Amino acid sequence: MTAPTVAPPVAIDRQPFDARMLAFLEAAVSETPVEEIEQRALLDSAATPAAEPKTRQLVIVTWSGELDKLWPTLILSSTAAASGMKSDVFVTFWGLLPFVRDGVRITGQDWMQKMLAVMQRPGIDHVRTTKLNFLGLGPWMMRRLARRYNVASPRELLEAAQAMGVRFIPCQMTMDMLGIRQDQLIDGMGEPAGAATALELMTQADATLFI
Amino acid sequence: MTASQLGPAAGPLRELDARGLKCPMPIVRTAQAMKELAAGELLEVVATDPGAVADFAAWSRTTGHQLLSSVSADGEFRFLLRHK
Repeated sequence: MTAPTVAPPVAIDRQPFDARMLAFLEAAVSETPVEEIEQRALLDSAATPAAEPKTRQLVIVTWSGELDKLWPTLILSSTAAASGMKSDVFVTFWGLLPFVRDGVRITGQDWMQKMLAVMQRPGIDHVRTTKLNFLGLGPWMMRRLARRYNVASPRELLEAAQAMGVRFIPCQMTMDMLGIRQDQLIDGMGEPAGAATALELMTQADATLFI
Repeated sequence: MTASQLGPAAGPLRELDARGLKCPMPIVRTAQAMKELAAGELLEVVATDPGAVADFAAWSRTTGHQLLSSVSADGEFRFLLRHK
């Protein structure tokens, strides 16, 4: 094989260095004039539109249904949507209870499902804290403090999140186990789905949280 | 740089009062206001949340909307943004 000749000064500066290098190497191997290959590459790049930058994606699995975990879930998911990210929240286990619509007091068909709804009242206004609950005194104080210091409540954040396009996907299995029907959930929830959907979202996402 | 220094050539300026709002509402309201703007249009946000200084810089890097200036005076923070 003959040593490649040194390419003449390249007139086309618009091509990135890599493309010029490739054209040069291809010319060395195929003995096609380098200008011709470069011209071809230029036409190719003009024909293929530049790839859209990938939209970043946040996925949160909201599991605990507790006030001090629901709050950051709603803050992060709404801010992600506000930052132009795709923002999905998979709503499972206790996490589903805050998403039961107002006015639904007892959920479930059998006595155990109903009993659970008595032990932990569904709805976004009845969420407990992970610590310092003290029969509801803790969450009451936190809500009072939030109001006093003008921190958006979970309800306001949920409204903002939905307005910004955050998708809340209820877990079908949780709905079955707790006896919660789709019409008992708040408006605007996504289609119920399962673990495979959650995993697909999580593996495609740039950031995943289990809260 | 403030909005007045840009002069009339910079085009119409929208304003958003985010005073009193806490994280993440200044950003959420800004994002909602930005949706109403066309490319190149300006938005000035006034906030009182000190955390907003870091957050508007981060939000601008994430979204690509330009943060032209970030100034604080009298306990208020002014952010001048240009729609990408």
